[in-house]
Amino acid sequence: MSQGVGVVGLYVRDQDEAVQFYVGKLGFRVHTDARNGDYRWLTVQHPEQPSFQLGLFLPQPPVLDAATAQTVREIVAKGAMPPLVLMVDDCRAAYARMRALGVEFTQEPVDRYGAVDAGFRDPSGNGWKMIEAQREQG
Amino acid sequence: MSQDPELLRRLLRAKDRMDGASHEAWPVMRLARVSGVSQAHFARSFKEAFGVPPHRYLLTRRIERATALLRDTDLPITEIAFETGWNSQGTFGRTFRDITGENPQALRAREKATPHEPELVPGCYLSAAHRPSLTIAVSEKRRQEAGATKDGSEETEVP
Repeated sequence: MSQGVGVVGLYVRDQDEAVQFYVGKLGFRVHTDARNGDYRWLTVQHPEQPSFQLGLFLPQPPVLDAATAQTVREIVAKGAMPPLVLMVDDCRAAYARMRALGVEFTQEPVDRYGAVDAGFRDPSGNGWKMIEAQREQG
Repeated sequence: MSQDPELLRRLLRAKDRMDGASHEAWPVMRLARVSGVSQAHFARSFKEAFGVPPHRYLLTRRIERATALLRDTDLPITEIAFETGWNSQGTFGRTFRDITGENPQALRAREKATPHEPELVPGCYLSAAHRPSLTIAVSEKRRQEAGATKDGSEETEVP
């Protein structure tokens, strides 16, 4: 596939902390980590999804003015950014593994309409749902 | 009004804890402890951050959950009342009606009569979309609906 969404970015409060979380705890890999002065283009990738990069960006000047950057940091910390969904084969196993690594879960695995889902946040406040792929869909 | 993101992140943790166990009692003392701030600071900052006082936020989550249980299960209403954190079916029914404008029984009957196709939207987001908006206190809402009686007594809204 050569067309489609390539990068979607998240705002994070600290990029080192974000790498520790997404790589160290969720098992993503760093795809690009390029610094240019204070600016750092940082993307990570799910090991099973080579066509997609998740950007971990700092809301910062000069891309954003200082006041806007502050507002974005507040919005992220309030958990007001849009929903994120991570698909997994086994939600309960992933939950146990991630919890042992210190991931902050907001919801334990729950069975809903035959699918299991759990909820967690990254250190910045971005909220994820972790959903077990339904068997009939492969 | 700007708030410290680090404080907001800790307030969010308290909000998450209410989300995760809205049937439990969440006195300000308990919430403040989760956020690591004083009780007075917590109540003020929470409202500033999330637009409603913490107890009212809790109420909207309970009603949201009760609504989902009424719609998606056949649990008796008494059981739904207890499961969502009320001490009596009476208080539950009254608060539910005050907030949503209809009785739990009526909502269940109406929802069961309507076909649903929820599979494409994760359940929790779908549920949040139906969360009641509670921009004024339930006691204030009651007063307004009662035709603005002169009774100014402050009714506590936490059941």
